[in-house]
Amino acid sequence: METQTEKKETKVTTGIMTGAEAVIHCLLAEGVDLIYGYPGGAIMPVYDELYKFQDQLNHVLTRHEQGATHAAQGYARTSGKVGVAIATSGPGATNFVTGIADAQIDSTPMVCITGQVGSHLLGTDAFQETDIIGISTPITKWNCQVTKSEDIPTVLAKAFYIARSGRPGPVLIDITKDAQFGELDFEYKKCKGVRSYKPVPPTDPATLEGAATLINEAKKPMIVFGQGVILGEAEEELKAFVEKSGIPAAWTILGLSALPTAHPLNVGMVGMHGNYGPNKLTNECDLLIAVGMRFDDRVTGNLETYAKQAKIIHFEIDPAEVNKNVYADVAVMGDVKNTLAAILPKINKDTYTSWLQEFKDHDTIEFDKVIKNELYPAKEGLSMGEVLRGINEETKGDAVIVSDVGQHQMIACRYAEFTKSKSNVTSGGLGTMGFALPAAIGAKMGAPEREVVAIIGDGGYQMTIQELGTIFQTRVPVKIVVLNNDFLGMVRQWQQLFFDKRYASTEMVNPDFVTIAKGYHITAKRVEKREDLQGAIKEMIASKEPYFLEVCVEKENNVFPMIPTGASVSDIRLS
Amino acid sequence: MEMERECYTISVYTENNIGLLNRISAIFLKRHINLDSMTASVSEIKDVFRFTIVVRITEERVKKLVGQIEKQIEVIKAFYHKDDETIYQETALFKIASELLFEERQIQNVIKESNANIVTVTPEFFVLEKTGRRKEVAALYDKLEPYGLMQFVRSGRIAVTKDKMHISKILETFKEEEAIQ
Repeated sequence: METQTEKKETKVTTGIMTGAEAVIHCLLAEGVDLIYGYPGGAIMPVYDELYKFQDQLNHVLTRHEQGATHAAQGYARTSGKVGVAIATSGPGATNFVTGIADAQIDSTPMVCITGQVGSHLLGTDAFQETDIIGISTPITKWNCQVTKSEDIPTVLAKAFYIARSGRPGPVLIDITKDAQFGELDFEYKKCKGVRSYKPVPPTDPATLEGAATLINEAKKPMIVFGQGVILGEAEEELKAFVEKSGIPAAWTILGLSALPTAHPLNVGMVGMHGNYGPNKLTNECDLLIAVGMRFDDRVTGNLETYAKQAKIIHFEIDPAEVNKNVYADVAVMGDVKNTLAAILPKINKDTYTSWLQEFKDHDTIEFDKVIKNELYPAKEGLSMGEVLRGINEETKGDAVIVSDVGQHQMIACRYAEFTKSKSNVTSGGLGTMGFALPAAIGAKMGAPEREVVAIIGDGGYQMTIQELGTIFQTRVPVKIVVLNNDFLGMVRQWQQLFFDKRYASTEMVNPDFVTIAKGYHITAKRVEKREDLQGAIKEMIASKEPYFLEVCVEKENNVFPMIPTGASVSDIRLS
Repeated sequence: MEMERECYTISVYTENNIGLLNRISAIFLKRHINLDSMTASVSEIKDVFRFTIVVRITEERVKKLVGQIEKQIEVIKAFYHKDDETIYQETALFKIASELLFEERQIQNVIKESNANIVTVTPEFFVLEKTGRRKEVAALYDKLEPYGLMQFVRSGRIAVTKDKMHISKILETFKEEEAIQ
């Protein structure tokens, strides 16, 4: 990625040009060859330049600006590069808000460019004027309005630097129309630092020693790793750390795929719908080693009873996350790629046979009570789990799985098998229904050589269903699986368990999804019977084209295990 | 386990940036923390601004708050201090009808005893300025209020710390890092 960037940088043009053209040259200088967006009045000068540069910079027209942000996120998550989305002022900009908030809470590197009314109109309630800087402030890592053409190169250089460095995140740059039209003497210098911003905090060697001592003395240690491993590209370092230490390793939903599913020390997911063993044993371990994760409430359950018996080591890049939710006995600051590598020589090679057996024993219980029925249901109705099992069989764990939000997401994250990192794309922190379809478009374009399967519920699917138009127009060969239970399943599950089955507004009367997909000229199939399932999945995976598969699943299945909100991780329910 | 709420002065050194005030106040808004006061001004360093924010919360909360503030890109450094670690003052202005000076002779004594300054006198009104701690300002307010105040205003707290602030040094290290890159 860097070499590609460097190469392009040397080709960068200099000289007098408009602000709009400068935007394009900035993007090219940053190695961007693909952006997602939607045109409109205040961004038209930039679109005019996009027209001229279409051989170098591919613009994907989404059907809604929200789709552009999620596509940019999906692209960033599979490629490791900064995703770029572009839109006009006013409604174009406000439609970005959900995607930006999602990227902020899930630390996704993204640069969003919005047009803005001319600077002389700012503050006059002009047509399509909105204070997107004010609106996006709490949900961006950084944002900035540009009113002068000559500021475009430095501001965009800073935007890319901030978006991708340290703990990544979304940056929004709002460019007034006069700044796009005005001229400047263009010269691009990549940003190498911002005076008030330290992307990676220094690692105190004493904390490495302290952590190593705790690790070497522990009898029942446990690792919980998060997306920091993937964002830091520290998968090899994590694997080496896990294997040398012999410590069982669990993952958060965003850490998924950083360690292969089949790894003998991979003990599954923590959190609300995570696995039985790692949740239960969180409250029995004597050392909890958190790696690039932030102790989200969906992970910890009730903090008052979370791992109180254990010492905590926190490997973390963001100082504001340390001691935020869970107090760390030792906080090792820095990029986990460096800190995990640095601690490796200090830790003893070890195995924890009987401790690991405890995880296996819990797995057996979970398999008998939950997993068996989910993957190999005896009932007539199809389960979501068996669809995932079918997909695993066809993809051999090599696919990127993009999931939306709800029951199907939990099932996808619990049962999808992974051999490679950057393979799980889901909206973790924000829980954005409607994320998956546009994110899958971006995920496929970010990793075109890989199979990308979107797993979506019938509710979330209809929140961004218009992006089928983008798939039709670009022919991007994503595979779309809608697990249709005619319910907003997760909300219905909560209504069943906690609201005495009062199913308020969760039953959905759905359209004919197959006909809709066909309307976009996408091959489409519906499966209602078990005997048709595997054949349909096989056909879908074999297809070189976009493919839509609707699977009608059992209407009122629940996702277990489950830690009810406010309960302790050790109170995880199997039914 | 609930820690006691105390008064904390948060000092934030920042780059001069239009959006930053919004960004910092959003951090408080999101957590439902009321600001006792907030003052923005230049600092001892050229082009570096300083916010002085007063809150009444637990130390655990203020620590996390400072972490979130410091995380903002254009914040150079944020600190928090207890009252005994700072020298702090507020300024208040009292606008009072001039006739009271002659009709209510007691006012003259109040002014003398309070170490307040008369900023201006016109035939209609005079303006009294009092700088000090909140308690001293409040005491003067209590004494003058019965006579009738035409206007009253009090500034936010400004404070300097007894400890050294190493901002210049921090900026130097930023510069060195830039040079290395």
